[in-house]
Amino acid sequence: MVESAPGIHPTPTTRTGVPRWRTAAVVIAVVAACALPLAADDYRVFQVTLVVIDAVALLGLNLLTGYGGQISLGHGAFFGIGAYTTAILVHRFGFPYWATLPCAGAVCMVAGFLFGLPALRFDGLYLALATFALGVVLPQVFKFRGIESFTGGVEGISLDKPHAPLGLPLSPDQWLYLLSLGVAAAGFLVARNIVRGPTGRAIVAIRDSPIAAASVGIDTAMYKSVTFGISALYTGVAGGLSALAVQFVGPDSFSAFLSISLLVGIVVGGLASLSGAIYGAIFIQFVPNVAGDLSKAAPGAVYGLVLLLSIYALPFGVSGLVKRIASALPRRLKK
Amino acid sequence: MNCKTWTWAAALALTLASAGCKRGSAGGGEQKAAAGNGPIKIGQTMPYSGPASAYGTIGKVEAAYFQKINKEGGVNGHTIDLLSVDDGYSPPKAVEQVRKLVEQDDVLFIFQPLGTPSNVAIQPYLNGKKVPQLFAATGATRWADPAHFPWTMGFNPSYQLEGRTYGEYIAKTQPNAKIAVLYQNDDFGKDLLKGLKDGLGAKAGAIVAEATYEVSDATVDSQIATLKASGADTFVNITTPKFGAQAIRKAYDIGWKPKEYLSNVAASVGSVLTPAGLDKSVGLVTVGYFKDPTDKQWDSDPAMKDFKAFMKEYYPEGNAAEANNVYGYIAGQTLIQVLKQCGDELTRDNVMKQAESLKDFAPPLLLPGIKMSTSPTDFNVFEQLQLVRFDGTTWVLFTT
Amino acid sequence: MEEFLHQVVSGLANGGVYASVALALVMIYRATHLVNFAQGEMALCSTYLASALIEAGVPYWLAFSATVGISFAAGMLIERVIIRPAARAPVLSVVIVFIGLMVALNSLASWVFGTTIRTFPSPFPARPPFGNHYIGSHELGVVGVTLGMMLLLYTFFRHTSLGLAMRAVAQNQASSRLVGIRVGRMLALGWGLAAAVGAVAGMMVAPVVFLDPSMMGGVLLYAFAAALLGGIDSPGGAVVGGFVVGVLENVVGAYLIGTELKLTVALALIVGVLVLRPAGLFGSVAATRV
Repeated sequence: MVESAPGIHPTPTTRTGVPRWRTAAVVIAVVAACALPLAADDYRVFQVTLVVIDAVALLGLNLLTGYGGQISLGHGAFFGIGAYTTAILVHRFGFPYWATLPCAGAVCMVAGFLFGLPALRFDGLYLALATFALGVVLPQVFKFRGIESFTGGVEGISLDKPHAPLGLPLSPDQWLYLLSLGVAAAGFLVARNIVRGPTGRAIVAIRDSPIAAASVGIDTAMYKSVTFGISALYTGVAGGLSALAVQFVGPDSFSAFLSISLLVGIVVGGLASLSGAIYGAIFIQFVPNVAGDLSKAAPGAVYGLVLLLSIYALPFGVSGLVKRIASALPRRLKK
Repeated sequence: MNCKTWTWAAALALTLASAGCKRGSAGGGEQKAAAGNGPIKIGQTMPYSGPASAYGTIGKVEAAYFQKINKEGGVNGHTIDLLSVDDGYSPPKAVEQVRKLVEQDDVLFIFQPLGTPSNVAIQPYLNGKKVPQLFAATGATRWADPAHFPWTMGFNPSYQLEGRTYGEYIAKTQPNAKIAVLYQNDDFGKDLLKGLKDGLGAKAGAIVAEATYEVSDATVDSQIATLKASGADTFVNITTPKFGAQAIRKAYDIGWKPKEYLSNVAASVGSVLTPAGLDKSVGLVTVGYFKDPTDKQWDSDPAMKDFKAFMKEYYPEGNAAEANNVYGYIAGQTLIQVLKQCGDELTRDNVMKQAESLKDFAPPLLLPGIKMSTSPTDFNVFEQLQLVRFDGTTWVLFTT
Repeated sequence: MEEFLHQVVSGLANGGVYASVALALVMIYRATHLVNFAQGEMALCSTYLASALIEAGVPYWLAFSATVGISFAAGMLIERVIIRPAARAPVLSVVIVFIGLMVALNSLASWVFGTTIRTFPSPFPARPPFGNHYIGSHELGVVGVTLGMMLLLYTFFRHTSLGLAMRAVAQNQASSRLVGIRVGRMLALGWGLAAAVGAVAGMMVAPVVFLDPSMMGGVLLYAFAAALLGGIDSPGGAVVGGFVVGVLENVVGAYLIGTELKLTVALALIVGVLVLRPAGLFGSVAATRV
């Protein structure tokens, strides 16, 4: 398989059958994920919930930036819009929590699509600036006095954690974990279908060669905007879930650093790779904590260093490494 | 499909491993006590990274202070084990870290969590779990609400109290003032402004211009120009150190000489007024509650000398001239007082009870006359503030 | 009227700040076709270095020159040690490297130098020229220095063979190698120059805003906006962009929407301009060969 340029992963060759042991691995993984609450205490379940939520957000961003090639330095804004949507609907309007998730997704999809329209004219750097501006500006909008009665202004909104339905013997943390897992699984399946289908191919074509794509009749403008919309939808739903998990939204929760963390997540996890979302989520959730533990004096320096080393060691992200191992192993096993 | 399943399995194995097989102990509410003669475990979240990392020194000075206390034998025979973790001034991170401290590290209580957003985020959780949120390091007014949040107590004199002090003083001494206000666009600025308006009372209409700034702004020059153009003769400068210095200097440079009131956090002689220009700062009024380490009038004060010796021995990389360090030191002393009052009954219930029973506690680094008192219905630790005026070299105490 | 003048003049003064950092961004872009997000923090470290030298008693101009020289060397070193290993990685990975560098440098600066604000001396006289109340000598000086740097850079890129070589490398590394240009050396040189420009920018900015670890954070966003507004490959554009952004920011805050949404509206306007002119005001629109 020839790599035509850095960053472009060749379309995987289709296989007629999946080896039996791989199916087994998936089944084990899924069962293990569902069984996690039995093995770990509430705090760990909460942490893993945050990882799962981040993974959904990263999935969205990866669709736009990894597959679509459109860089976004402002996805924290959509995360925040989703979170605030959920918080406001629950707190101010008394919506049931589960109904707010599709609303958060819808609001963000519209916002993303609308933002994507003018952003069509931009490429690369200019889009980076426009999205970065969005990410920087939104906290200021969130604390704006004019809409304080909805958003809670600088003090934000506190929420209650939802309880398990139907009287199931699950703690709120465990229930939210399973809910997030369900949303994530659905998200992955949908994303996989998008990526493997004609939409995915169109998006990748637009990324790799926009002129060629246009000349074969792909409506680049529409695909770009729709990709923005879908990407924002994912991140918005993740934001909604995070509002429920953390039980708080406030302007300081969605700073520019969040946007940057999301970008770090997809790059470290692996661009144009769905499984990369999980690796990236693990990275952005745990590495700052580790950095803080290692050094109180300069935690940023430790974090920056780890980031640099990760890129040097894994220029194509963790999923790139895993792919290499996965393709090398069968050969070794045959020996 | 092939690589994906591999990676799914690997990823989930990873998360399982990180989730750990050991269940942390639940930590059961009121009955939680420090074990026997063991150390008193205290949790804390501080912004060691991120936009507010300048305040991280408070956590460090407190750790150093507890080190000193431990060296001197601890409190009632118990040593103090401060677990201070970074939250990057991010509320979700604060929630995560506090949950870890309570559920995994089994701390007795959370001491001086810093920053209004973080404290707002963790307040419902800690009250739900009945863990004291003690001496929150923020001046927001919402921490003195024992009816709704009996486990949360603030520490700083509230921003509204500070604003009210200025408002009342202006209403009394400058009945015809025209006031311009510059404030930071966050809870600190907005709370202080509210206090100012409350203190002005009927005269709140005297405020002719308001301008905000973000912490990410480079300068406040534009805002100063706007405020000057409003024709105001009084300027209430609600800023943090860097912007306070910029505002003082710019106002002077463009030829605006109002009666100026400066927020306490930006009132350090060495860190703010000197860079701004001592000559440009003459006449500034602020409130204080503890001694400014860069103010020469306290140079031979025994408490200040003790503090500086402490800094040299236990926290040499810290800046002894920084007001935040004095603040942290005083907070540490207050906690030791509460723990002493607990005697041998080191339960969460009792810690809270003793925190509610401070009677005229006045560590010597407080300004003369300022005392700390609390009661089960009054969670405001500080209720007095001292007005001071800058004379070009030092902050001179005065009374209205 | 007086207030308006104040706003415009202080906008130009701020604009000089943004323009000088934007110049450094353009510098790196022209040399490497990358935007260096760590530019602000590199300038910050250079300024702290200068501050340390001055506090140790070194006279201003000596400290200034030493800092520029050391920054130049450090820039080249950063290119070699930090950027070069990531050369084969996708572009986004390099962006992450910049981000890692930015976070690390900021954290190191706070650790080594502390977070208390410091003053930084200005080489310009303290008295405002002609005793006016609008603009200080330093602010005027910043504008002058920025214009001077811009002219230097413009001349360098347009009229020297070294500048031509650097532009070639940025456009097409493979072809440049074929005509005998030492690509690695040109990249390192580009970084060194950008670091030097950044150092000057930092030393011009610090007297105005005071030196502390957060000095460059807000500036970087506006500098980025300014560079793109002017056209990311045009030094002249960066400078014009800087002044426009500076004045725009002030005027929007003072007259249009008030300070609470100043950032929002200013950025919205900039993005709006870019929608109309996607390559920036003075940028060159690249024609892509099919």
